[in-house]
Amino acid sequence: MPSIEQGLYQLGQLDRLAYQDTAVHRLDPRAKVLTTLVFLVCVVSFGKYDVLPLLPFVLFPLVIASRGDLPIGFLMRKVLIVAPFAVVIGMFNPILDRTVVGQLGGLAITGGWVSFASILLRFSLTTIAALALIGTTSFTGVCMAIEKLGAPDVFATQMLLLYRYIFVLGEEGMRMTRARALRSFDGRGMGPRVYGQMMGSLLLRTYARAQRIYLAMLCRGFDGHVRVRARLRFTGRDAAFVLGWSAAFVLLRLYNVPLLVGQIVTGVPS
Amino acid sequence: MSHHTLDVTNLGFAYPDGTVALTGVSFHLGHGESVAIVGANGAGKSTLLMHLNGFLSPSKGEVRIGGLPVTKHTVKDIRKTVGMVFQDPDDQLFMPTVAEDVAFGPMNLGLSPEEIDARVDEALSRVGSLALKDRPPYRLSGGEKRAVSIATVLAMSPSMLVLDEPSSNLDPRARRRLIALLATFEHTKVIATHDLDLALDLCERTIVMSGGTVTADGPTREIFCDDALLEASGLERPLALQACPVCARA
Repeated sequence: MPSIEQGLYQLGQLDRLAYQDTAVHRLDPRAKVLTTLVFLVCVVSFGKYDVLPLLPFVLFPLVIASRGDLPIGFLMRKVLIVAPFAVVIGMFNPILDRTVVGQLGGLAITGGWVSFASILLRFSLTTIAALALIGTTSFTGVCMAIEKLGAPDVFATQMLLLYRYIFVLGEEGMRMTRARALRSFDGRGMGPRVYGQMMGSLLLRTYARAQRIYLAMLCRGFDGHVRVRARLRFTGRDAAFVLGWSAAFVLLRLYNVPLLVGQIVTGVPS
Repeated sequence: MSHHTLDVTNLGFAYPDGTVALTGVSFHLGHGESVAIVGANGAGKSTLLMHLNGFLSPSKGEVRIGGLPVTKHTVKDIRKTVGMVFQDPDDQLFMPTVAEDVAFGPMNLGLSPEEIDARVDEALSRVGSLALKDRPPYRLSGGEKRAVSIATVLAMSPSMLVLDEPSSNLDPRARRRLIALLATFEHTKVIATHDLDLALDLCERTIVMSGGTVTADGPTREIFCDDALLEASGLERPLALQACPVCARA
């Protein structure tokens, strides 16, 4: 199962990107989380058949990625990996919804295809914005931000520990699968029965490790609250970032800017 | 500074399934003393260490740290006094960055932010890892992880250090560096180890355990020269005390 290896490597790569030092990385994590949240709400709240007004939203992840030195190709590949989910969700729209809503050249465009395009576009926008957020803030930074923004302590702690130990767990699973592959021949030993037993033993190991971690935490005075040391500073620059982008998102949500621009250029009011 | 002493009296412990892990373990450790606990696998070393921090409660006898018995009521104070370094650094380093991890203990002690920063920097420089401050733990080498694990404990200014297999999985140079580092600490130290050469370098005294009891307790060099005792306890002479394989001289 080299996919575990690959997955860990890619996660590590996103993590490394998050430790760069650019103007976007230096912004307060809370500013980036809030802005991304406004972005997500705006994008998701568009109507079923909206495609055109969604297009300007592409700017936000593109700007963040380029100013934050994130390779666009890397982010796009990540989006492609999860894209099948969105495709499955939208794939029946063109079949079920055959109302013709417009003509493009000699081709009749049905409502189903428009809504399918809208789903794909919204999916790509939200995924790439989330990736850009993590790639410029780090997963840890996002956790700290949501905790400081008032999310329950337990939630943030869970996320922090999950992220910390996903690498340890992944490597443990990787070693087990390697050990199995080395002693399996002609497909024998690779069956689901062995797989189930491996998962069971991985679970038990995880349980034992959780116990040891808990002991290590108790040892250093853990009382149920994980206190995070980093003190965040929300500056005018951060406020400007949040307000500027949010205002743009809300405007783009309320007015169909591409349509307006088109009307101005062609001089045809609708 | 009486809180640097350790007294174990007639300690007995059986796991809930009935396995007897310790019987009649007794010893006293004075201030600043450094002792190695050696013994074959399953001799009861780890179970003993678990008692020094109140993770396990004795079925019989008692453990006193600085004169204070280890009980449910004192366990909080005990844990401030005893710094425990786990065998697997991945168990010990659970926070997202090195600095956060070292700050974990001091933050729980309720220190001021300035004091916490000072302690983090001091502990990390003490183990020579200040440069790793902002790194996530999963991107450290084995030796670096070990050093940082020790820093997480030092940041709480304990009076006593308990180390479980500190040299396991280290390359020779990292191991040498660790030994040099541990030698600079003036804390009372309890080191459970299979690395008898490390014990020889760091501990003037050694306690040998076998089958859940103390089978010998004395000066390290004497114990490691007693071949009958070592054989009976499932141990071997440290390399430093064996005859040279080339010139055949001890």
